[in-house]
Amino acid sequence: MVHEELRLPEPASMTLWFVFALMTAAAIFAVLLPLGLRSRAQVQGSETFVYKDQLAEIDRDLAAGLIVAAEADAARTEIGRRLLAAADQADHAPLQSSHKLRRAAAVLALVGLPAVAFAVYLPLGSPRLPDFPLAARSHAPDAQSLDGLVAQVERHLEKSPTDGRGWSVLAPVLLRTGRYEDAVRAFRNSITYNGESADRRADLGEAMTAAASGVVTDQAKAEFERAHALNADEPKANYFLGLAAEQDGRKADAASIWRAMLDKASADAPWRPLVQQALARVGQPVAPALSDQAAAAGQNMSEADRETMIRGMVERLATRLKQNGEDVDGWLRLVRAYVVMGDREKAKSALTDARQAVGKDAERLRQLNEGLKNLGLEG
Amino acid sequence: MIAEAGHYALVLALGLALIQSTVPLLGARWRDPALMNVARSTALAQLLFAGLAFAALVTLHVTSDFSVLNVYENSHSAKPLLYKITGVWGSHEGSMLLWVSILALFGGLVAAFGNNLPLSLRAHVLAVQAWIAGAFYLFILTTSNPFLRIPNPPMEGRDLNPVLQDIGLALHPPMLYLGYVGFSISFSFAIAALLEGRIDAAWARWVRPWTLVAWIFLTLGIAMGSYWAYYELGWGGWWFWDPVENASLMPWLAGTALLHSALVMEKRNALKVWTILLSILTFSLSLLGTFLVRSGVLTSVHAFATDPTRGVFILLILCIFIGGSLTLFAGRASSLKQGGLFAPISREGALVLNNLFLTTACATVFVGTLYPLALEVLTGDKISVGAPFFNLTFAPLFVPLMIAVPFGPMLAWKRGDLFGAMQRLMAAGIVAVLGVAFAWAWARGGSALAPLAIGLAVFVIAGAASDIAERIGLFRVPLANAVRRARGLPRSAWGTAFAHAGIGIALMGIVCETTWNSEYIGTMKPHDSIPLAGYQFTLDGLTQRQGPNYHELAAVFSVAANGRPLSLMAPSKRNFTTRGMSTTEAALLSRGLSQLYISLGDTTPDGGIVVRIYHKPLVLLIWFGPVLMALGGLLSLSDRRLRVGVPKPAKALRGLQPAE
Repeated sequence: MVHEELRLPEPASMTLWFVFALMTAAAIFAVLLPLGLRSRAQVQGSETFVYKDQLAEIDRDLAAGLIVAAEADAARTEIGRRLLAAADQADHAPLQSSHKLRRAAAVLALVGLPAVAFAVYLPLGSPRLPDFPLAARSHAPDAQSLDGLVAQVERHLEKSPTDGRGWSVLAPVLLRTGRYEDAVRAFRNSITYNGESADRRADLGEAMTAAASGVVTDQAKAEFERAHALNADEPKANYFLGLAAEQDGRKADAASIWRAMLDKASADAPWRPLVQQALARVGQPVAPALSDQAAAAGQNMSEADRETMIRGMVERLATRLKQNGEDVDGWLRLVRAYVVMGDREKAKSALTDARQAVGKDAERLRQLNEGLKNLGLEG
Repeated sequence: MIAEAGHYALVLALGLALIQSTVPLLGARWRDPALMNVARSTALAQLLFAGLAFAALVTLHVTSDFSVLNVYENSHSAKPLLYKITGVWGSHEGSMLLWVSILALFGGLVAAFGNNLPLSLRAHVLAVQAWIAGAFYLFILTTSNPFLRIPNPPMEGRDLNPVLQDIGLALHPPMLYLGYVGFSISFSFAIAALLEGRIDAAWARWVRPWTLVAWIFLTLGIAMGSYWAYYELGWGGWWFWDPVENASLMPWLAGTALLHSALVMEKRNALKVWTILLSILTFSLSLLGTFLVRSGVLTSVHAFATDPTRGVFILLILCIFIGGSLTLFAGRASSLKQGGLFAPISREGALVLNNLFLTTACATVFVGTLYPLALEVLTGDKISVGAPFFNLTFAPLFVPLMIAVPFGPMLAWKRGDLFGAMQRLMAAGIVAVLGVAFAWAWARGGSALAPLAIGLAVFVIAGAASDIAERIGLFRVPLANAVRRARGLPRSAWGTAFAHAGIGIALMGIVCETTWNSEYIGTMKPHDSIPLAGYQFTLDGLTQRQGPNYHELAAVFSVAANGRPLSLMAPSKRNFTTRGMSTTEAALLSRGLSQLYISLGDTTPDGGIVVRIYHKPLVLLIWFGPVLMALGGLLSLSDRRLRVGVPKPAKALRGLQPAE
């Protein structure tokens, strides 16, 4: 199979360049072919053939009785006049061939065509990137269809709805795939069965915000406030409390919340850029229109912002797990998140890290493997 | 590798187009046959590479290769195979690739079957074709590249807009594009004629099959789009005077005019300058249609302004091609030799009348479509020009045109006999009056004008029939003779009759549907029953279903007529989770040429659901008419007279004697 070969990067790109060379050669050949042919008697049409054809047609129509003789005669005269005029014109410019011109055209094809092709292709194309057809990717552990995995977990939870771990695995995925209402429900269940914690409350609030198209509703704000009460340094809760203040028009409050976050945070906190951006938004009253617009919806955050925010959250989780590796749920969420983000390498390394971190504790290892199985990943 | 090979093929097609747009022109200038023939082989190679690029994109969509941005944004692994394929042209990038592939296809066809053209004309035509192709390849590569990659491919795509996941989408855009792009050939011929400074009756004969092909596809494409809107959008409307629809109607009107004026040019060597202008205008309107639909200028002028790269590029293409060709036309048209004069009452006179009405109608649509845009740009006011404007302007133009339609084919070339034609149309007139009387007796309510319009439609159909009857001498000569003459009749005569009858049939459907359509809009609960237009609709129940990539709320209605159960109808509402969008799937039940139509609205808290039920009398005629018109076009295309003899080479090639 072709795809099997594509696994190996080097021969694959060799094949690609070989294909490019063949295609270029074919294109050049198409230009050179007519140039190389000896000029024989040229087959070409001319007006005279059309008029002769029209004359024949008049005879046919006359024979079929479609026109009368007088009409036919008039038409014949007219066409005959055109025929003469056409025959007159035909001999004016005889064909001639010029070797110099042909050679110039050949050089254009041989040099110009590949030059243009590569000049255009190289900045646009990604010749080093192999194909990723879905069928070939499904061998990989992370490659089952996301919807399938979600459905699997959902079925499992229908049977045992009190499985708090299941809810905590499912909820972020639902949030990421845009099923906000379901995500809200899942986060609620996660709190019910796993107990309350600052980050769970903050996650719930985030899902509610997303479900309301980015508006921090009163309910969501209440969740963030509880998260803040549980852990005053919970960054997500603080960020969204700031956002709520901004949406209420209390820009000064928003700025002070965010500024406090930045002051307390370590220099390499992953959400730093996001908060800085938000701060810049409210800190510069010169462009209020922009700030309103940007605040209107978390979804309307530019794709890059959103990406940054999600990445920030994932990195935060990863950092936390590095410090305290006993959290099985955390590991599962991290692996899941990398899978969703399409980052296969990181998912794999997270898996390895998880096994190492949890490995000392047989019960936790069993939980981890169980969870991975539930996700459809290798146990 | 497929993605990159497809990308590279597209780039090579651009390179070939650049060569094809220059070398043959130089060849024609210096009369070098080899250089002129470069046009032919490069056009074929360009077709090969554009086809490869398109095939590559289709493969990528089918295999769900989400490392390609276009696939990720518009596909989903759970999508049925058919919609994975049609999704290729559901996106902007893919549809532009389809556009240029079809352009390359037409160029390739001219190269392959243009043996009957003079060498320099073919070289010019293909060079102009390559200018257009080159511009669009550049447009695609720089602003709408479907082969851009994502280094870390996501696991799942974002799915195609669910409204577009429909069989209608499988066929509507390709048909429409075959029409739009087909007119590029007559444009290229026109520019070639202007460049060569030479044009005569033969030119019209060479162009006609290409115009006809484009016209057939455009007719079918518009009809199909209209039917798609009818059953997919859930309102039971089939024409909304929406700018997107108008964008396809304008080239159709201009193309129809072109088809008729080329006929005059071919037969009488007249109307040459006008025909050239129409060729240019028709393709310009096709380009404008592409621009209107593809630039986002219609959704909002402001949306267009926020991401202007694409729009500005298309605008630039429009300006260069339309402005350039019209400038060339203005410079050269006066030097073209004018043809003969003709009498007003004659076949050519009737065709000029046709052209007048069609181009005026086209101008009306143009104003109605672009005026709101221009106003929004200039003053920021948003107005909408809707059905009332078009009904007031378009209809009065079409009524006299329709009355004139049966007269055209009845008049002889050069000097027609209007009185004779009227006599020959007497029978058709009588049938039409009977039609009016019948419609008056049968109709309940509705506009008083409707029966008259029905009469007009009947007149057009009967006129087409009596044209054929007249030509074969039906009732004048023995039946066997008439049948023999019918067989001997040129196919284009049959084509004319079918196409003209098609307009009448479509008009009849339009009048019936708009005048005697009955509807019920209201909330129904399970086991509720509603009478409408002699049918009894009972809502049996509501069920939830799971489709491949959507959840579905389906309602089952049982329909009864005169107390006897007829059939079940199951309209549904689909919810596509990936995009968070929903579509309505109307249920249709054909009763003869009429249709029953049910679509679902929102559910109410008390377990009911809003339903729209329509009875649409003779609605199918609206689409049957255009199909008949296209069939007429096809018959005309198969006429042997269009296949102008290819000259045999003076000395037949050894061993290549064709089997006769």
